[in-house]
Amino acid sequence: MTNDEIRSFIENAIKENKVILFMKGIPNQPACGFSARTAGALNALGVQYAALDILPDPRIREELSGLSGWPTIPQLFVDGELVGGSDIVMEMFESGELAELLGAEAPEEPFEPEPQPEPVQRGIGLENRLG
Amino acid sequence: MPSPTELEERIATALPGAQVSVEDLTGGGDHFRAEVVSDRFEGLSRIQQHKLVYDVFGTDIGGAIHALSIKTSTPGATP
Repeated sequence: MTNDEIRSFIENAIKENKVILFMKGIPNQPACGFSARTAGALNALGVQYAALDILPDPRIREELSGLSGWPTIPQLFVDGELVGGSDIVMEMFESGELAELLGAEAPEEPFEPEPQPEPVQRGIGLENRLG
Repeated sequence: MPSPTELEERIATALPGAQVSVEDLTGGGDHFRAEVVSDRFEGLSRIQQHKLVYDVFGTDIGGAIHALSIKTSTPGATP
């Protein structure tokens, strides 16, 4: 895959998925604490989201950050717009804004990152097309 | 290896008048947390506020600075 193909794949993924999280690892096997917390917040709200692992090819992160202007991972997009990284997502989770944005019920239980509830993961399989 | 003080100075230089506090989360000089209070954030979305802080470091983010956790607020905002 060329860099342009990766970029347009990412653009389409953001367009086609109402909620998409670019992360290190996958929701039930996050490879970084920031990604784990962010996926955990989405899982706690029980919303359905697409997740894309940026680790299989360094160009995914380069193209994503080029598109979004955001330097770090994870990155959460809702309705095609960058919502933020883990700090912003966690602040919004704690304030209830994230539940509101996603049209979810705020969880009654206090947030516990571990163990995570059943992930609602929908892989989009970019990793299978790289290499 | 960047120090918390160096990061504080770089943010304070880029955002004059800001109250900046940076801590090294792991002691390893690569995972930091920055709390920044600045009136420059007035009227900006969280994304725009955090980008202002990230922009101070450019490509050092993900390079020398592996992770930078950010909390921004304005002087008048309740924490």
